[in-house]
Amino acid sequence: MQPDISVKNLNKVYEGGFQALKNINLEINRGEIFALLGPNGAGKTTMISIICGITNMSSGEVRAAGFDIVKDYRKARETIGLVPQELNTDSFETVWNAVSFSRGLFGKAPNPAHIEKVLKDLSLWDKRNNRIMTLSGGMKRRLMIAKALSHEPRILFLDEPTAGVDVELRRDMWEMVRKLREDEVTIILTTHYIEEAEEMADRIGVIRQGEIILVEDKTQLMSKLGKKELRLQLQNKLEKVPGELLLEPVELSDDGYELIYTFDSQQEQAGVARLLRTLGDIGIDYRDLRTRESSLEEIFVGLVHEPAEG
Amino acid sequence: MNFYGVKAIYNFEMSRMRRTLMQSVLSPVISTCLYFVVFGSAIGSRMGDIDNIAYGAYIIPGLVMLSLLMQSISNASFGIYMPKFSGTIYEVLSAPVSYVEVVLGYVGAAATKSVILGLIILATARLFVDYSILHPFWMFSFLVLTAVTFSLFGFIIGIWADGFEKLQIVPMMIVTPLTFLGGTFYSIDMLPEIWQTISLFNPVVYLISGFRWAFYGVSDVHIGISVGMTLLFLGACMAGIWWIFKTGYRLRS
Repeated sequence: MQPDISVKNLNKVYEGGFQALKNINLEINRGEIFALLGPNGAGKTTMISIICGITNMSSGEVRAAGFDIVKDYRKARETIGLVPQELNTDSFETVWNAVSFSRGLFGKAPNPAHIEKVLKDLSLWDKRNNRIMTLSGGMKRRLMIAKALSHEPRILFLDEPTAGVDVELRRDMWEMVRKLREDEVTIILTTHYIEEAEEMADRIGVIRQGEIILVEDKTQLMSKLGKKELRLQLQNKLEKVPGELLLEPVELSDDGYELIYTFDSQQEQAGVARLLRTLGDIGIDYRDLRTRESSLEEIFVGLVHEPAEG
Repeated sequence: MNFYGVKAIYNFEMSRMRRTLMQSVLSPVISTCLYFVVFGSAIGSRMGDIDNIAYGAYIIPGLVMLSLLMQSISNASFGIYMPKFSGTIYEVLSAPVSYVEVVLGYVGAAATKSVILGLIILATARLFVDYSILHPFWMFSFLVLTAVTFSLFGFIIGIWADGFEKLQIVPMMIVTPLTFLGGTFYSIDMLPEIWQTISLFNPVVYLISGFRWAFYGVSDVHIGISVGMTLLFLGACMAGIWWIFKTGYRLRS
């Protein structure tokens, strides 16, 4: 199946010589939710801006819905909706006019029924005749999404969509994204809230210093790179890790009442059994034990702080 | 052709004019009326005729042209500068519209506003001064041609400007002096010979002269030269805009 977004050997060098993107290769499939993660300045917004036509690429090839974004820019752009990071709005316009403007701009005939549906879905219907300047920050964020959805795009870019919005609105947006996926809309999401990616994404891409360092199915990623931790609460305080356990990845807590054993998610559980057996053999009793899996956030932090190769 | 895209930009800009009616229409009309009152009715009645035309009537084409130039530049430059300033330009850049369509939308709306304003000023002038229009078709054609040309020029200024000050510099520091010295209040034949020659380097002379010819059949330079010079400036502005979109100058990094 042809990917909805195809990026080949994409490079971007700004006028001052700064290389924002280095030979990016990426494919995103129809109807998937792809989360692009990376620290500030990693190149996420540059990449989105190039795909959407806001920034020129230095070299490479990008296709959206099968259309080359340069040679066939009209058809490519018709398929794309963009919710940018910044709340850039025409303060003096009404909500209805602003959303209708976006639809017209993308070459679609007026369709009041669709605009009404979008505004209702985003809880903006009651505000349709209000000037944008009177809306709250959260409402403006919804408006940006309404504008992006006004022309019924099949690909939607959400660049930090929930930055600065309250928990309730964030949950509403997640719900909306799920509904869009049911309609086979491809969603590319950048976010600083890793829990957002963990909650919604099918696949995760990590970009660091202009390079894609990883693209992986979320579940596989968490299982492959995730760590598990076993914490044993001891009956009696230990001064140091017993010699029999020195070869195991075991640490002692500062208060000496907890042994912490860390292992890969994929690793067989034999290590745990061996550890518990050894503890029994050397007479160390424990009163409780608990395990914890590392979050996507911890995996992400681990990845972006790894030293770059070369 | 993305017809809906052009229409969306055009309607958006026209709606901005309706929102700012006082500033867009009323303010220039009042300013021009003051000129008619002072130079047309009050001082004009004590001035001699120029080319057998009463002074009050003689200055009408120049004053209409003054407002037309200023408003065309101002409308178009603000039209494209505001989305750049507010950041909403991202939507236009990411939309399936060609640069010709973007220009049609923004410049079309700016020129429409200027033509409407020019016609309102002409109608208002009737209240103060008696005048006739010998070639109505050419008068209207000149009005539209000038509005389009200077709206294109304003569009270039709007893209070039990176602050509100720059938006004002060209209209205030260049266009206004050129218009005042371009024969709005006098015929360049009245100047010493050296200044007549220097005046011919002022492009506004050709606009006012051609426009005045459409009213009264008299002009400082031949009507053909006036039309030719206006078309030349139109072509230069179109070339400038083509270059801007080709290179992405101050639009796409």
